[in-house]
Amino acid sequence: MTARWSWFNISSVVVGFAFLYLPIVLLIVYSFNESRLVTVWAGFSTKWYSELFQNQGILDAAWVTVRVAFISASVATVLGTLAAVALVRYTRFRGRTVFTGMVYAPLVMPEVITGLSLLLLFVAINFARGFWTVTLAHITFSLCFVAVVVQSRLVSFDKSLEEAAMDLGCPPFQAFMKVTLPVIFPAVISGWMLAFTLSLDDLVIASFTSGPGATTLPMKIYSQVRLGVTPEINAVCTILIAIVTTGVLIAALLQKRRAFLGNNE
Amino acid sequence: MMRALTNRLVILIPYVWLLFFFLLPFLIVLRISLSDLEYGAPPYTPQFSFSDGWSVIWEKLSALDFENFSFLASDSLYINSYLSSLQIALVSTFLTLLLGFPLAYGMARAPDGVRPILLMLVILPFWTSFLIRVYAWIGILKQEGLLNQLLLWLGVIDAPLEILSTNKAVYIGIVYSYLPFMVLPIYSTLEKLDESLVEAARDLGCTRIGAFWKVTARLAVPGIMAGCLLVFIPAVGEFVIPDLLGGSGTLMIGKTLWTEFFNNSDWTVASAIAIILLIVLVVPIVWFQNAQAKATEAGG
Amino acid sequence: MPSLGSIRRSFAPWDDPAAKPYISFKNVTKRFGDFVAVDNLSLDVYEREFFSLLGPSGCGKTTLLRMLAGFEEPTEGELYLDGQPLKGVPPHKRPVNMMFQSYALFPHMSVADNIAFGLKQDGMEKGARDERVAQMLKLVKLEEFARRKPHQLSGGQRQRVALARAVAKRPKLLILDEPLGALDKKLREETQFELMDLQQELGLTFMIVTHDQEEAMTMSDRIAVMDKGIIAQIGTPAEIYEAPDTRYVADFIGSVNTLEGKVVSSDESHVTIEGPDGRIVGGLRGSKAPADGQTVWFAIRPEKMQVSREKPAEAANALEGEVWDVAYLGDMTIINVKLESGNVVQAAMINRSRLVDDPIGYDERIWLSFSADSGIMLER
Repeated sequence: MTARWSWFNISSVVVGFAFLYLPIVLLIVYSFNESRLVTVWAGFSTKWYSELFQNQGILDAAWVTVRVAFISASVATVLGTLAAVALVRYTRFRGRTVFTGMVYAPLVMPEVITGLSLLLLFVAINFARGFWTVTLAHITFSLCFVAVVVQSRLVSFDKSLEEAAMDLGCPPFQAFMKVTLPVIFPAVISGWMLAFTLSLDDLVIASFTSGPGATTLPMKIYSQVRLGVTPEINAVCTILIAIVTTGVLIAALLQKRRAFLGNNE
Repeated sequence: MMRALTNRLVILIPYVWLLFFFLLPFLIVLRISLSDLEYGAPPYTPQFSFSDGWSVIWEKLSALDFENFSFLASDSLYINSYLSSLQIALVSTFLTLLLGFPLAYGMARAPDGVRPILLMLVILPFWTSFLIRVYAWIGILKQEGLLNQLLLWLGVIDAPLEILSTNKAVYIGIVYSYLPFMVLPIYSTLEKLDESLVEAARDLGCTRIGAFWKVTARLAVPGIMAGCLLVFIPAVGEFVIPDLLGGSGTLMIGKTLWTEFFNNSDWTVASAIAIILLIVLVVPIVWFQNAQAKATEAGG
Repeated sequence: MPSLGSIRRSFAPWDDPAAKPYISFKNVTKRFGDFVAVDNLSLDVYEREFFSLLGPSGCGKTTLLRMLAGFEEPTEGELYLDGQPLKGVPPHKRPVNMMFQSYALFPHMSVADNIAFGLKQDGMEKGARDERVAQMLKLVKLEEFARRKPHQLSGGQRQRVALARAVAKRPKLLILDEPLGALDKKLREETQFELMDLQQELGLTFMIVTHDQEEAMTMSDRIAVMDKGIIAQIGTPAEIYEAPDTRYVADFIGSVNTLEGKVVSSDESHVTIEGPDGRIVGGLRGSKAPADGQTVWFAIRPEKMQVSREKPAEAANALEGEVWDVAYLGDMTIINVKLESGNVVQAAMINRSRLVDDPIGYDERIWLSFSADSGIMLER
């Protein structure tokens, strides 16, 4: 009932969302500023975007980041889904407590610790730091996020669907592939998207585990930000925000369409 | 036979991966934190190696020095970093709750059609880069930034406020970055709350505010706890926010660790800091995981 | 003159013009946007009455209760409790307590704390409070469950805690919203009698909302049958069942057969109609007979029809038909009979003896007969 939504409720929602969105909006607005001084408005211009596409360093970093994110998200999705199945379907096996701990711990682990420990591992096994070390590190921490997302879907999955498939002659593995996986697939996809954006965003872990020739975009942005705010960085940020927002919105629309189709079946 | 094999693989593959890339690195950090610093690559001398026999390890263990840890204890910089991290995390968690609870409450009471959109709007910033969101505040908070321009223009202040490079900016940064983590768990408990409970309290003689405290707020406690822990735990080890928004006077343990590692190349002290940070966080982390496990069980 | 139904009631303040109503709805209307939930409704309920609001979901009965408890204010009209207007009085200041459909037990409090909640709000001191809680627990037979949390109780136990919590404050009026809806049939029947005993014992006025006609029939002094925001009929269970005003009311409570026809003649107590099923004589509803030629409906309950193989010699009405369906229910047998006109009517035979010599079977031709007073002529 709408009557429950009092003025106090509405204003706290408005204040909250203004706080969440105003900084991002300002950042986007000032990426179109003519002036080099980010805080003084001097007219509309897209020159920072064209300058951005001349900047080889940023373009290289972006390419590295996208590759790392794509590979790490894909591997993490497979591993994370397996982990989720292990957690939900196998309630007793040796070392389950340790396993559960290892899946949940990275979710709340300070990034500096994860980064440092992974770096020290790579040093200890004498693995040259670079593209692959960043990728491995990203797989490790994002697989836990995928596991949690898929797990929450699997918990509510009606196991009798799989049993029905087996009753109709499907071997267990096939039953999982043909019935369970398609049903939980939206969760797997959101897991992949989450892993992809986590990798895209990560600065701390990448800084620890990266090596020469594998500078990611956040690392590049960070090193420039330390020198001060520039419209160029605003432009990079705007492009990233646009990409991620579009991706999330498309995913949400697809989800909605799916739900809609599901209702009509 | 086939089934037994697939069963085992489903567990084994992620298990081995996590053992190797999650647990093993920790043991290495622990080992290095107990080693002596030496310049070169890698910049530490292992105090004992895993390939030694148990007797050798035991012998070395008994002779082990906690040199790095006593060093941490002796230098007030480190102690102060820990304390200051906890203080900053605590204050910002409280501020996040102050802003997050009314937001979550307002969302939970929104009309049915509006709620999914609001939920989406809370989650959306979570998908955009953390670094970008922190960066956005620099332009707002600095001396000649937008906030000061606005306040000067409104005549609220005569001289620009100094916010950037102080702890205030760090609070703002943490509240801003972690607000969704606070809002989501509180929202999900409030949304499930049966409105008739509040009505029952009113029926039995509670005023509107009385019913809010005795029923709504009380039943939201699990969500509030989860939200606070989700903000507090990462905030303690935060690096980007104090580094970009804080000043030279802002002491936070994540920043100290970073400096030790990247600027001073002192890997052993960095490892010792990491171990202590972890010990500090073990209680809230375990607490959070228990609550989470309980919630998952209840949901299943 | 014979009276309606099979029990005599001594409690009937609604027939006494001097009696003061305890609750009064005066021309109450409640709108939610364009939707009219309650439409210009007036209703009086008397002290110590057990009053039921009966109707399908969405008929406005719950809105009526919520206005009484103070969770909704009427858009128009006035509500009085014991002569006092209730307008603007917030829920916590009304001497009314409610038992919620979902029970609304506080999950973070024990059974005893739930029951004590309202007493604490009143500032009752601890000694008296503990005593009252113990008394309430005894009343609902839950003494050994005082320390349990609601989720550790069964559905029936929860229902009793909700009841104890609502009556602990000794309200003048107890409102019950679908109180037994969540219980299974057997438990529901038991609890119905418990509720009636409790009402007698505490001397409260009960106002109950239900969509279960059996529940309303069992417990109530009077029933109001509601339809789309208005009251279709108010009366004792016997009046509602034996002398419904309209086909809607007749159909809502129990099973009924309605046969259409045009009035051919009428006197001060009976009406004769002619329709596709022939000539039927039935009781007159009210005091004014319908005009000749008007379309009316003859309503008769299945158990009021006699079933026989031969045409009975002295029946006022007799219809011939073919057995279409037979259902044996234990206490009675239901027979659906297809008449010449194609209409199917239902007859119920009480199974008085275990052994039947020559039971009726499918496709047999049989006669249904009934006296002129067994059914009633409805104009709407």
